[in-house]
Parts: sequence; C-alpha cells; structure tokens
Amino acid sequence: MLLSEMKEGQTGKIKNIGGNGALHRRILEMGILKGSEVYIEKYAPLKDPLELIVKGSHISFRVEEASQITVDNVK
Amino acid sequence: MERKKLTIALAGNPNSGKTTIFNNITGSRQKVGNWPGVTVEKKEGNISRFGYDLTIIDLPGTYSLTPFSIEEIIARDFVVEECPDVVIDIIDASSLERGLYLATQLRETDCKVIFALNMADLAKTRGIKINAEKLSELLNVPVVFTVGNKNEGIDALLEAAIKLAESSSEVPQKRKVRYNRDIENSISKLQSLIEQKIADKLSYNTRWTAIKLVEDDEIVKKRILDNARDSAQDILNEAQSQRSYLKHCFGDEPEIITASERYGFIAGIIKEVHAASNKERVDISRNIDLVLTNRFIGFPIFFLFIWAMFQATFSFGAYPMEWIDMGIGLISSGLDGFLPESLFKDLLLNGIIAGVGSVIIFLPNIMVLFFCIAIFEDTGYMARVAFLMDKIMHLIGLHGKSFIPMLMGFGCNVPAIMAARTLESEKDRILTILIIPFMSCSAKLPIYIVLAATFFGVKAGNVIFSIYLIGIIFSIITGRLFRLTILTGADAPFVMELPPYRVPMLKSLLIHMWDRSKMFFKKMGGIILIGSVVVWALSAFPRNIEYSFDYHGEIEKIESSYESEIKADNVDNKILKKKKDADILEITRAQRAEQVEKSYMGRIGKSISPLFLPIGIDWRGGVALLTGFVAKEIVVSTMAVLYAAEEESDALKNALLSSGMTPLSALSMMTFVLLYLPCLATVAAIKRETGSFKLMFFSIAYNTSVAWFIAFCVYQGGKLLGA
Repeated sequence: MLLSEMKEGQTGKIKNIGGNGALHRRILEMGILKGSEVYIEKYAPLKDPLELIVKGSHISFRVEEASQITVDNVK
Repeated sequence: MERKKLTIALAGNPNSGKTTIFNNITGSRQKVGNWPGVTVEKKEGNISRFGYDLTIIDLPGTYSLTPFSIEEIIARDFVVEECPDVVIDIIDASSLERGLYLATQLRETDCKVIFALNMADLAKTRGIKINAEKLSELLNVPVVFTVGNKNEGIDALLEAAIKLAESSSEVPQKRKVRYNRDIENSISKLQSLIEQKIADKLSYNTRWTAIKLVEDDEIVKKRILDNARDSAQDILNEAQSQRSYLKHCFGDEPEIITASERYGFIAGIIKEVHAASNKERVDISRNIDLVLTNRFIGFPIFFLFIWAMFQATFSFGAYPMEWIDMGIGLISSGLDGFLPESLFKDLLLNGIIAGVGSVIIFLPNIMVLFFCIAIFEDTGYMARVAFLMDKIMHLIGLHGKSFIPMLMGFGCNVPAIMAARTLESEKDRILTILIIPFMSCSAKLPIYIVLAATFFGVKAGNVIFSIYLIGIIFSIITGRLFRLTILTGADAPFVMELPPYRVPMLKSLLIHMWDRSKMFFKKMGGIILIGSVVVWALSAFPRNIEYSFDYHGEIEKIESSYESEIKADNVDNKILKKKKDADILEITRAQRAEQVEKSYMGRIGKSISPLFLPIGIDWRGGVALLTGFVAKEIVVSTMAVLYAAEEESDALKNALLSSGMTPLSALSMMTFVLLYLPCLATVAAIKRETGSFKLMFFSIAYNTSVAWFIAFCVYQGGKLLGA
C-alpha cells in the first residue's frame, strides 16, 4: 500500500522509500527509515499535503511525495 | 594580561531552540551580518565569561551536513574550514534520534563537540527520559541539559564548552559511526590514497574526506580539485570506481546506505539512553493543531490572523505616530526660528527634515508589523501557514515555504527576497523572488494610508485590505504565467517539519523586530536621505523663477492693510492678527506651488504627464511616483511638497481634496503604487539574489507595465461605471 493511500488515524510501517536522490535523502534526514512506524495525523484542509507522526515528530509531505513510499501492516 | 579568546559555534536542527539559546548567551551584544558572499544571515555575539573572551556564532539550522541547501553548506564550511574551538550541538531532547543524526555527522569532522539537550523540561512532560551520563559515555561527548527559554543550564553549558576547548586531548576516534564492511573498505582505501597524495594540501580530516567522497559530495570533490590539481584526478577516479562497486553491491546510492547506517548506529544508542513511557501524553501542540489546521476553520482562522496583524499595525501604531509627528514639528519650528534664511535652511527644513520626517513617522507601523511576523515565526505558526497554503502555492507552481518569504514581503521586499534562499530549488527561488514585489511592502503603506484616509474615510481599512488582496491575486496570476513560460520544470521536495507550538519569548520577539526595523532605519539614513535631498534639489531649483503674480507685493499689501486696521481697532487685536497670518500663509503656499510647478521637478512631471493622464494621475502624482523608485517612503513626502501642504497629515489631506483628485483616481493611484516598479533596494536585491541583470530588468519592465494596465482598467472602467 502507498503512504498516500492511508487514511487519517491509520498507522503503518515503512516498507520501501523510492523517489529521486534529493527526496530520498531528505526523508532519511527527517528520521523516516525502513521499518519506522508512521501515524497519519491529518490531511491539510485542501487534502494536500498530509501530516504524519514519526517518532514523535510531526512531518508534512505532499501527497505526490507520499506516493513514493510504500507501507505495510496498515491498521 | 591579554584574555584568552575562544570561538564557539552553535549548530542544531531548525526549531531546536538554537536561536533562543544564542539570544540568552549574547543578549543585546550581537551583530547581525551576512555570511561572506551570500545573503544568509550571520549572527555573531561577543561576550566575556569566566575570564575568557568568547565569540559565539549562530550557524544556520540544519538537519544534516550534506550540502543540499545553502544553509547546510554554510554550516558545514564553517565547521570544517574555520575550525571553531568548540561546536555546541543543540538537540531538541524530544526528538533525540533526529538530533543525533546531525550530531554523528559533526563528530565525523575534527572538531570538539558538546551536546546541549535542550527543552529538557518539555521532554520530561512528554514522558521522555534521557540518560545523559550514558550518552556522554557512549559517544565520548560532554552532555548538558538546558532549558533555553528559561535560561537554565546555559552557564553550565558555557563552562563545559570552555573546559572542552582547553582540554588538550585529541578528539577520540573510536566512538564514531562504523559502516558495514564494504563501505569501510572503500573508506579506508580512499583514506590511505588521500593520506599518500594530498594530506598536506588539505586541512580536512582524512576519514571524513573519504566518507564524503563515497557520498559523492560535490563540494568536497571541488575542494580536492582546487587544492591538489595533479593528484586529485586519481583520487576522484578511485572514488568513482568505489561508488559504482558499492552501488552494485547494495542496489542503492552509497549516500543512502551511509545515511541508513548512521541511523542504525543512532538506534543502538537510543536503545541504551532513551526511555519513553507509554503513558497517554498530553500534547498541547496536537490539540492546538486540531483547531489551527482544522479542515473547516483552519483557513478562516489564518485569514483572521492576517487581518488582525494589519489592524494591529494601524491601531497600535497610531499613538507613537502622533508623538513622532509632534516631535518633528517641534524640531522643525525650533530650527525655523533659530536659523537665518538661507539655501541651507531650506535644504535642512524642506529637504532633509521634511523628507526623513515623513518616513520616520511610519516606523511604529513597521515595527508592529515585524513584531507580528516574529510572533508567527517564533510560535511555529509559520510552518502551519506553509502546511495550509502548499496546495495553493503548488498550483501557482511554488512551494508552501514560498509563502513565508512572500508574507515577509508585506514587511519589506528586501529581507523577503533574502528569505527566498530557504527554497532549495533554483526555479522556486527565482519565481518567488519575481513574485515578491507584488506583496505590498510596508513602505507603500503610508501612501495607501494618506490616499485612503483622505478619500474613503471610515472605509479606509477595507480599501487598504482589498489593495493587499489585489497584490496577492496578481502574484498568483504571475506565478502561473511564469511557470508555464519561462520557468518550467520539476518541483523541489516539500517534506518539512511541523515543530511543536511554543510560547514566544518577548526578548527574542523584540530582537527579531529590532533587527528588521534596523534595516528600515539604515535605508532611511542612506538611500532615503539622498533621495530626499535629490527631490528637494529638483524642486528647489532653478532659483530665479519669474512668477505670474507679485506674491511679495501682495503680502506687503495685506500686512499694511491689517496694520492700519489693528491700529484703528485695539479691542480685537488677537483675532485680527490670526486672520492676517492665515491670509499670508495662503499667499505663501500659492507661491510655493507655483515655484514647484516651474522647478525642474515640475518640468519633468509635466513632460511625462501624458503617460499618467489615462490612469487618472496628474503631473504631481506622476512626479511623486517617479521619486518612489528611490524608495516608496518618499512618495508621500514628495506629494506633500508638490501639493504645497505642510507635513501634518490634515494639511496634505486638504490639499489632496482640493487638487481635483477623486476617490476613483486615488484608487487607481493605489493600484499603480501596489504593482509598479520595485524600489532601488529591492531591485538591487533581485540582482544580487538571482545574479542576473536580465531578470532584474525583466522584473522592472513586467511590474511597471502590469501596474499601468491595471490602473488603466480601474480608472477607465470606473469612469464607465459612473463612479
């Protein structure tokens, strides 16, 4: 499942991070790695970007960027 | 005895409370400048503590030391090139893991690092426990707990930093990240090659250099090429072959692998030093965000804040404005009586004091505006603004972050254009810079205030608000247009942290406000002073004007006629005297108006008036707008001179009302002011930040033609509608 397909209030585990080098590195810098647990806090009022919580930090992603990340164990 | 000097650099993630600690250490003894060659703000403070002279440098906030953005390059270059005596790494105790990512990278360089676990109190309430002794032991780094906004632990931090700087021990190499065997092999191969060939030519730590080569770091590669031309190519070739080998092994870029391994190393440390209790924590920030970024009321609240900001600017600014106005009046009339009539007196009173005075009066407005923007920044609301606005900004082809420089554009375009540096992609940056002039800066505000207050009375606030809105609409149109034509291509990653909300500290709000207002002050001292003098000279010369009317004779006539009346009637002496003064004032004003009309300024204005006629602006308005190129603040003072009014606002109001200007032409003039060519300082900033004269001239031409066209539509359209 793609991160961008998750709904508000769901949790999941990062399975794979795609995207170009710049995006990938930035995601790593923010502490999002394979195996990290993410919680979808909310989508912005205009449905893009989305806000997720990883290890206690709130990070925002564009839907387009979130679609580069696959997740599993979605609950 | 000379005291010992030490340089201490503050590094850390954005929102780690770095600036608060910097402000607490240095207080008001700080110097704000630029990093050499770039326009990223450099903050420096000199203090004396514990018998040492300390220079504290606030590095830009970064998540890592990979050279992505200009901020990261600056921070890293300072650490590896300038070798500060100690680097204090400020880590938000609530997000230790991410903080340690930067920390491990700092530890890979040769410098002495000390950790400040900041906002320890907040972490505690969030149920996070950190074993500092263990952390210190595991990484072999001194660790100090601090609470920046309560000034706790700052002394202990400085003391530990000095102690570390004075300790002669080598930076221990053992407690650093070890990568997997393949990468370590590549690192040691490159490291020995570097040691053999160029170690004497390069001041960097050799292991660090080797790691950077594995990560294909452009800047390190360039430094190697610059420093060791002959042997450099061998090393770079070897680095390339190691990289392709590693890529083959892992099926991923080596820099991704090193980043993951750093996190692996950190995860091991976290396990030992970090305990987060699983109790349901009270997260105030999350609750605030339930409201402020709410699906339904997030936007209305955002617009309410912006509206409140501008309302505050006007209402709180009004009182000090009155005092300044009175002060200038006192100085002016005092000098008037004290100095003999001369050209110098004319220059001083009508050029310098009138010009600078009409600008200084808006200082309170500008300070309130900057104060409000500082509140947005320091509370963490600015990031939410980007979160709310990104979808819209993205439609224009911009990044949500562009909204922040654009909002700052309402204060002053110059720092706003500088703030566009936070954007990583060149295209986003250029587009943002080209759009910022449509954000109506605070210097244009005086013009709106005068015109709107004169012609729209109680509705002035609403009129000004819609002028600002028009600016925003034009920025959107321009953004879309440019994205489709001159700046096509992919966007930069948006990924951004939404930091916890914080209660802003008054001290840091004031420092923020003051730094930016100082820029306004400097502008006033330099460009505006020169501009005022030039404008005065153009309107004061030539001196020998042939008047159409004998004003001097008329004044004498009035005086003598009143003289006889006063003599004849002793009772109403005072009333008659007042009447006499009023009559004389009217004549002198008429004389002054004619003098200006026949001056160089008037001649220029009249020759270009055909350009301004279709948009409902007379030659005087046209001249005022022309002088606005020097700085928008001058427009009002030029109007005051040309409409032959005194400096007080009521006089200019009356002069404007009797000049034949209508509410419609005032509206047209306001739209023109909003959109037309940016001021000298902004133009210079555009040139500096884009590095292109072509873009600078393009910006001038584009803005001015849009302004004329829209003002034309407003004026002619309004006339058709019968307004």
